[in-house]
Amino acid sequence: MSSAALLDLDLLWVTGKGGVGKTSIAAAIAELAASSGRRTLVCEMDSKGALATAYDAGVLQFEPTEIVDDLWAMTMSTEDSLREYLRLFVRMPLAGRLGPLAKTFDFVADAAPGVKEILGVGKLCYEVREQHYDLIVVDAEASGHIVSQIGAPNVIADLVQVGLVRDQTQWMREILEDPDRTGVVVVTTPEEMPVTESIELLGRLTSETGAHPSAVIANRVLPARFNRREHGVIERLPTALDLLTDAAGGAVEAVLDAARITEDRRRTGAAHLDRLRAAIVADAGLDPDLPMITVPELFTARAPGPRIVSLLADALAEELDVVR
Amino acid sequence: MTDLDNLLASREMILVAGSGGVGKTTLAAAMGIAAAQRQKSRVLVLTVDPARRLATALGLDEFGNTPVRIAPRHFKKLGVKVSGELYVAMLDTRAGWDELITRHAPDAEIREAVLANPLYRNITSRFVHSHEYLAMERLHDLHATGDFDLVIVDTPPSRNALSILDAPRRMIDFFGSRLLRWLTVPYRSRLFAVASRPFNQIADRVLGSRFLQDIADFFILFQSMERGFVRRAREVESLLVDPRTAFVIVTTLETAPTHEARHLARELDARRMSLGAVIANRVLPARLADPAAAASAAAPAAAARGQLAADGAARLGDVSRDDVATTLRKLAAGFDDVALVAAREAERRAELASLSATLVAVPWMPGDIHDVAGLAELAKHLRSAA
Repeated sequence: MSSAALLDLDLLWVTGKGGVGKTSIAAAIAELAASSGRRTLVCEMDSKGALATAYDAGVLQFEPTEIVDDLWAMTMSTEDSLREYLRLFVRMPLAGRLGPLAKTFDFVADAAPGVKEILGVGKLCYEVREQHYDLIVVDAEASGHIVSQIGAPNVIADLVQVGLVRDQTQWMREILEDPDRTGVVVVTTPEEMPVTESIELLGRLTSETGAHPSAVIANRVLPARFNRREHGVIERLPTALDLLTDAAGGAVEAVLDAARITEDRRRTGAAHLDRLRAAIVADAGLDPDLPMITVPELFTARAPGPRIVSLLADALAEELDVVR
Repeated sequence: MTDLDNLLASREMILVAGSGGVGKTTLAAAMGIAAAQRQKSRVLVLTVDPARRLATALGLDEFGNTPVRIAPRHFKKLGVKVSGELYVAMLDTRAGWDELITRHAPDAEIREAVLANPLYRNITSRFVHSHEYLAMERLHDLHATGDFDLVIVDTPPSRNALSILDAPRRMIDFFGSRLLRWLTVPYRSRLFAVASRPFNQIADRVLGSRFLQDIADFFILFQSMERGFVRRAREVESLLVDPRTAFVIVTTLETAPTHEARHLARELDARRMSLGAVIANRVLPARLADPAAAASAAAPAAAARGQLAADGAARLGDVSRDDVATTLRKLAAGFDDVALVAAREAERRAELASLSATLVAVPWMPGDIHDVAGLAELAKHLRSAA
């Protein structure tokens, strides 16, 4: 896949089952885009603070923080988005009084379908329309919630018959449904549940929202380390255990254990990724050539942070052929 | 009898909590088997979102919401001795909500009006963390029937494992909230209420009064069920601190899930809820972190070019010396990667040990677990691990 397809979009949603490394991947894509000269904004939607950890950036706000050259990061806030919306579109400067009002609004937004989501999506689409950035990367909600997030303008258009919000769903949908401007990346790991959830999500994205999947990123994929002849050697090595023990000491079985475990994980994972590919091809609503980008397992003792994000960005640069 | 056996024998309700993706569902099912093996009792595992193959293996595809017994032949076939009866059921959120409405609606008219309201589906699927609340409701129901000696609940995947602890409280708060009061005040008087005038003006302009009225209509219906809902939520809430209830936290030894597990344990403690055990899942063999193993991995790497490769090739027959040398070198490199992970796991395990007197380490097992045989194997580990 060429970098053009992914990094040249205006808006890129990054989603996936919880725990697959969605935030780190979103952070890495944004870092990669920025280092290739694109003005990039990355936005965390669930305000859990994982994006700040990924960049080691302190607490992120609604107002974007510059992380490095060409890279800004923000966290979505329904209240701030509402405040901005009222100022820009309703022309109601309510800065002082918004506190309790926003709290009530937050309550309504919690209960009423699509209202909270539309404020988030609206902010992102507004940034796209104003062309403040070349690319906006969204560290989106996990796969359970992303459909209602991207589909919010449709829900609102269905439920709300009149009013400003309804009027504005149209231009948002034009941005969200244009495959040249908006894409969705589904992040998975080569494991059973994440792959199953990815397959379901890809189907729902196309059937329930107008958004277009741009790629699947398979994260933490174990590389095939041994060729067939070498596998043959490993299988028979236990018959030479005495030789190995003489040469290497008593713990040599642990070394073989490690190889067995890794190889089993790799093989199980590869089977799940095959299942994912087959499901993509079988789904008539999906592009059978939907790119699957592989990011290798980073064996590291480090917790998530800038170092991991940079390693992931390097891996993505190679896969996407990006010149930095 | 292990500590976990004791726990399963002494409690009536077990809530299995932890981050997504750590194997909660599988371990909840395995705990069910472990309990049924040990005790002559009726054990129910309530799962929320099982992997399809696992659900099929357990016979859940056909039965869904109602408890289904796992046929004894499944165990007999495997030579697994089970003295109790094991049942499984799956949480169906939609059906669960409909049941709640049916139970709490004061009359048939209101019931039908709520069920037919266009906002109902949308709202129930997202507000007050309805999955978590429903899982608790279902636990309450199933326990109350007296049909089961032990109910094990696999909690829903959520962004925050804590949300299950607060789900009943949120439901109670919701009915007492200003929002609901405001929404259910007759629309006309709402417009004239001074306090909420600016809000109404904006809300009307932005959302349109029609939409607000739709919402209000729905909540007026909903409010008629307040008493039943609140009383019920209180009962459900008290289950969490009931001495017959214990939590089991499941985690892997990766950074984020371990962090979540520790956080969860602290919160349980603060809320005086009982933490029965911590299960570390998919743990690498401890010997991988042993320095002696690292030495063993490094030694053949150095020697690979020499005698070992030649001797190895001679012993294994029809393989080249080069292949043996390359394989040994790669084995050593691969070992270093895994050993790093194993060493990190050992640290995490030490952190978890301080959380609960019962820390069970379940070893990493090859492949995915998607049948009764796999679950029985897992149950064996649960019962043998101390």
